[in-house]
Amino acid sequence: MVGPNGAGKSTLLRLLAGLARPSAGSIALDGVPLTSNPALRRSIGLLSHQSHLYDDLSAIENLAFAARLHRLAGDPTGMARRRLAALGLTERLDEPIRNLSRGTVQRLAIARALLHGPRLLLLDEPFTGLDPAAADQVSDLLRSERRTGKGLVLVSHDVHESWELATHLHILVRGSWVIDEPRTGSLEEFLRRYREVLRG
Amino acid sequence: MGELFRAVFAIAGKDLRVEVRSRTAMVSALAFAALVLVIFNFARDAGSVSREALAPSVLWITFTFSGMIALNRSFALERENAALDGLLMAPVSRTALFLGKYLANLAFVFMVEAVTLPLFVLFFGADLSGILGGLVLTMVLATAGFVAIGTLFSAIAVRTRFAELMLPLLILPFLIPPVIGAVQVTSRLLAGRPTSEILGWLKILALYDLVFVTVCLLLFTPLMDE
Repeated sequence: MVGPNGAGKSTLLRLLAGLARPSAGSIALDGVPLTSNPALRRSIGLLSHQSHLYDDLSAIENLAFAARLHRLAGDPTGMARRRLAALGLTERLDEPIRNLSRGTVQRLAIARALLHGPRLLLLDEPFTGLDPAAADQVSDLLRSERRTGKGLVLVSHDVHESWELATHLHILVRGSWVIDEPRTGSLEEFLRRYREVLRG
Repeated sequence: MGELFRAVFAIAGKDLRVEVRSRTAMVSALAFAALVLVIFNFARDAGSVSREALAPSVLWITFTFSGMIALNRSFALERENAALDGLLMAPVSRTALFLGKYLANLAFVFMVEAVTLPLFVLFFGADLSGILGGLVLTMVLATAGFVAIGTLFSAIAVRTRFAELMLPLLILPFLIPPVIGAVQVTSRLLAGRPTSEILGWLKILALYDLVFVTVCLLLFTPLMDE
């Protein structure tokens, strides 16, 4: 999903995550309204512009806390270490995250969003702050999540990075779909149409 | 029930760990408490107001305002990096969230009170021998309701632009009854009055706790879902 600044992409993700209430209509997962069943929250993972992490806690403590909240079976600390290792994070795991780089915190935030094995992943600019190697690692991880049948809603200005992950393409402008279709054409064709939309 | 308490302890443990690391609220609250006690001690006109007459009010003003500094931190730390969204998306009931925050705030305010009390003895020369048990009971009863209201309003205030200013404005009117009750009990304890004179005030404090802890617990869920 792409769109100019202020199109409503992040707001849409917040609505899909159940963090905001729609002024009209309703949001359902497998036909069940999100508001009527709090347990559905377990099925959703959100990566937003903010990390949802505590600056004074370490990477391990942050993830172990999230594991406890999601009532994941097993040792929360061990689970946190395994999840972080999957994203190439093996060092400085016991330091408060306020000392870590932007890219590292972004990978931590992705690990937190994926920690409880959600069926639906809502990702707002997942590649922000990542170097090319880390971005590839995140792409691989998301690809493998998709292969396991999980749904991905990915908002990104970096169309090149996200292209291979996409099965459907959406362009949102001022809260309305301008393009809403399966991915069929080439990246160049999509970028040309996107530029036309941006030019108005 | 077990799941509820596991979530409650996870949230409370996290809050206390964050505070132990940063010491932001603890240091501020204790510095504030010490300053209030020093100022009241030296500003008092020894010729017209005795230390004994002033001591109970000063003690509870100190507890109330330093406690408020502590409560301001409660949901402010959830604002950093939008951590509150992470909490709200977890399959944890709002009741568990409230109780976790409440428990952490209680522990925190009790810590502030426990450190402030010796300073109070030092500055006001209060003799607590024989009344310490009664005073601790009063502190528990007065603090339980005060912290419940503070936890609820901290969640409201954190969504406003001037959260630090809003919290005292919102909660002070609700603190009048427990502060009056606690001052009355403390002054009678310090004056060595019989238990029968104190019991009524303790019952009022207990009733206040029962009502406000329940009301805050009930209001918290719709408030967070709004």
